[in-house]
Amino acid sequence: MRCQRCRGDAVVEVRRHHAAFCSDHFIEFFDRQVQRAIEDERMFTRDDRVLVAVSGGKDSLALWDVLRRLGYAATGLYINLGIGGYSDDSHRKTVAYADAHGADLLVADIPQEFGMSVEELARATRRVSCSACGLSKRYLFNRVAIDHGFTVVATGHNLDDEAAVLLGNLLHWQTEYLARQSPVLSSTHPKLARKVKPLYRIAEREAAAYAIVRGIDYIVDECPNSVGAKSLLYKEALNLLEQASPGAKQSLYWGFLERGRALLGTQGVVALRACVHCGQPTTAEVCAFCRMTERAAERMRVRRGGGAGAPAAAAPVGAAGAPDAGGSG
Amino acid sequence: MKVMIRHQRREVEVRGRRRVRELLVELGVNPESVLVIRGAQLLTHDAQLGDDDTIELRPVVSGGID
Ligand code: SF4
Ligand SMILES: [Zn+2]
Ligand SMILES: [Zn+2]
Repeated sequence: MRCQRCRGDAVVEVRRHHAAFCSDHFIEFFDRQVQRAIEDERMFTRDDRVLVAVSGGKDSLALWDVLRRLGYAATGLYINLGIGGYSDDSHRKTVAYADAHGADLLVADIPQEFGMSVEELARATRRVSCSACGLSKRYLFNRVAIDHGFTVVATGHNLDDEAAVLLGNLLHWQTEYLARQSPVLSSTHPKLARKVKPLYRIAEREAAAYAIVRGIDYIVDECPNSVGAKSLLYKEALNLLEQASPGAKQSLYWGFLERGRALLGTQGVVALRACVHCGQPTTAEVCAFCRMTERAAERMRVRRGGGAGAPAAAAPVGAAGAPDAGGSG
Repeated sequence: MKVMIRHQRREVEVRGRRRVRELLVELGVNPESVLVIRGAQLLTHDAQLGDDDTIELRPVVSGGID
């Protein structure tokens, strides 16, 4: 197979664009798609300081890399979730990337700061791990962004992620979620950073190919808690469609952005106020993150025999705070 | 050739020359869900594979709700 641009040997096929590229021209294609996403959706400019949520996986490392190459001021934020070997490996890969490329990296540590891993937080509050984890990550991304003066938080969600979320929302006609699903969530509160997904025009397979072509060593193994996730089922279904009909995923998601979301109006918009405990934006009096960590700390106290009236042991308030109007990301 | 199927944590031995596309059909793997790698090199679906090759099928689908 030949590169569409230079007729050299191709290394990546992009069937949805009826194209194949050599390494150099694949990178050029990738850059163009990301640049277009940033501009079309007015995500940020080269004057903005962008905080990139980095997990050590292919998507977030690819995002960090491409933003830096395109000349954006992109600082990484790694969150240690305390998920055993998976967290150790992903942390190592993230630090290795930052060191090799001289990239700025911030690290937040959930077990250190809150006394519990996300799995322990989940158990103590009878949630599933991914729910406690997702809430913690959304909270910390925003808090760190606001504390360090970043106006934008960028995540590595790709076309397949967004199409899978859309399919899930459509299967259950979650109209409020549908109305909020967007590659850009603008700030609706002074303490809420804008959230953007610059890879929404990039298929998952292309993000992995980019990481490999760029020689980025990412964590291939998945978080153990992702086994059986609904999103994997939706992705598999979409990939069956994609195989039979290249372009199905982009047609579904981009079509939704161009024509579908306008039909839904603004029902996703909610009023935000400051959490009385941590000051982060929330729809309730106390934000969902403070409620979760306080409940978990309470249960720990009960278990240790301190009783309900004992002083807080691992109460994470003070510096903490969480935007709990998270949406799909 | 030796085929390492990373996400299933298994390795299979396949005899005879064939193209990447044919190998994936035989193994029942959707080409959208993997990258095919020989050495450090990505392969397109028409690439020819030989008996001496060691091939990695690298999953590209990540899960979780985040
Ligand atoms: S799979 Fe679940 S627990 Fe694991 S990182 Fe993703 S959201 Fe967190
Ligand atoms: Zn080329
Ligand atoms: Zn709070």
